Amino acid sequence: MTMRLYVWQRATAALMVPLVLVHIAVIFYATRKGMTAADILSRTHGSIMWASYYGLFVSAASIHASIGVRNVLTEWSPLTDRRAGSFAVVFGLLLAALGARAVFAVVLS
Amino acid sequence: MLADLSVSLWRGGKDGRYETYSVPQRASQTVLDVVTFVQRHIDPTLSYRFACRVGVCGSCAMTVNGRPRWTCRTHVAKVAGSGHLEIGPLENLPVIKDLATDMQAFFEKWQKAQGVFAPTKTRHDEIEQIRPDSAARRLVDAAIECINCGVCYAACDTVRWNQDYFGPAALTRAWTLVNDERDAGGTARLQAVAAAGGCHSCHSHQSCQELCPQSLNPTAAIAGLKRRTTAAYLKGEIKA
Amino acid sequence: MHRGSALWIAAMVHRLSGLALAIFLPLHFLALGLAIDGEAKLESFLRWTDQPLVKFAESGLVFLLTVHLLGGLRVLVIENLDWRDGQKQLATLAAAISAIIAFIFLARVF
Repeated sequence: MTMRLYVWQRATAALMVPLVLVHIAVIFYATRKGMTAADILSRTHGSIMWASYYGLFVSAASIHASIGVRNVLTEWSPLTDRRAGSFAVVFGLLLAALGARAVFAVVLS
Repeated sequence: MLADLSVSLWRGGKDGRYETYSVPQRASQTVLDVVTFVQRHIDPTLSYRFACRVGVCGSCAMTVNGRPRWTCRTHVAKVAGSGHLEIGPLENLPVIKDLATDMQAFFEKWQKAQGVFAPTKTRHDEIEQIRPDSAARRLVDAAIECINCGVCYAACDTVRWNQDYFGPAALTRAWTLVNDERDAGGTARLQAVAAAGGCHSCHSHQSCQELCPQSLNPTAAIAGLKRRTTAAYLKGEIKA
Repeated sequence: MHRGSALWIAAMVHRLSGLALAIFLPLHFLALGLAIDGEAKLESFLRWTDQPLVKFAESGLVFLLTVHLLGGLRVLVIENLDWRDGQKQLATLAAAISAIIAFIFLARVF
């Protein structure tokens, strides 16, 4: 790992500690018996708060997961560091794109 | 009379195999005693390393029943519970022959991590006064007693998975120098340990810390290096 | 064997849970993205997840997320704070807490 990747990996990890704790609480709330899609979406629609929170979460997770995947690939697969890095970048972009779409879906559509 | 031990020793190079010998058990016998018995009384072609045989030189490290150990300080009674011993060369190093490995990579990484003292004074200068109870010296003293036995390197899965990784010993030595007031290695050494294969590759498995026969703690030393390099990087003193 | 030690297992669980979450995440985003065309598709997906087997898998995911978080905290503490003893016990406790939270999740949905 380079210095830069290490710092980004650890920084996004630290950032996500409170984000994940909130998310676990959200998971418990959203999976209560009888919660429908309409119930959930009525709470997220037009919400700047949820857009910001999950927008931040998606960004951090995309960076963190892609660096993590890169590490695993360099250590456990025969890929070169360069190829592993490229794969990780693509994976990170995919997560960011799908994540942004998901945030859009629950907040704006 | 104690029953004979069944001892499997690695013979050959990388593509060798285990061969089994029968060795008489004796009270207070060490694993090194067992290996020596085989070489002296059964098969003189067995190759292995040792020197001091009292736990101060680090030459006799081998893999004993799956775990890297100093064979001169491992009592047979402690490890051969079922009457069987399996002894192989240290892992993560190329095998030269039988139980002897090529430690060149281990020492080359030592150099790469700049685990080498960079002097600032000559014999004509006054001796530096180092207080043994200063915070920095305490850190050095806790990490300085490495005798390069290779047990940590052999135990480390990150070494196994990542060819470039410097390993616990080299980084621990770099850490002692980072904290040594007399040393002039400075940011150059921090840059060296922040390189690919440097301290950031450590995943804190802590096999090194658990198995070090000198009770050193490379995980903690490496964590210290992570902190120093991160601070230096954020201040612009070293590059990514 | 040092590979069975509590801290080595903690590191391995951290890595494997991270991999599993990385594989899960795109699917999670796709599921939420169903809401793009209105709530009907998301609703039918949510009802599909009412099945016991899916709920069981979801509690597995909760376990993975929690254990990955706690394992990550382990690393952040080692790397940024002073060395502490009792790490093996903390690692075991972290696994237990994760299992309990996942179990509470499972119990609530039935």
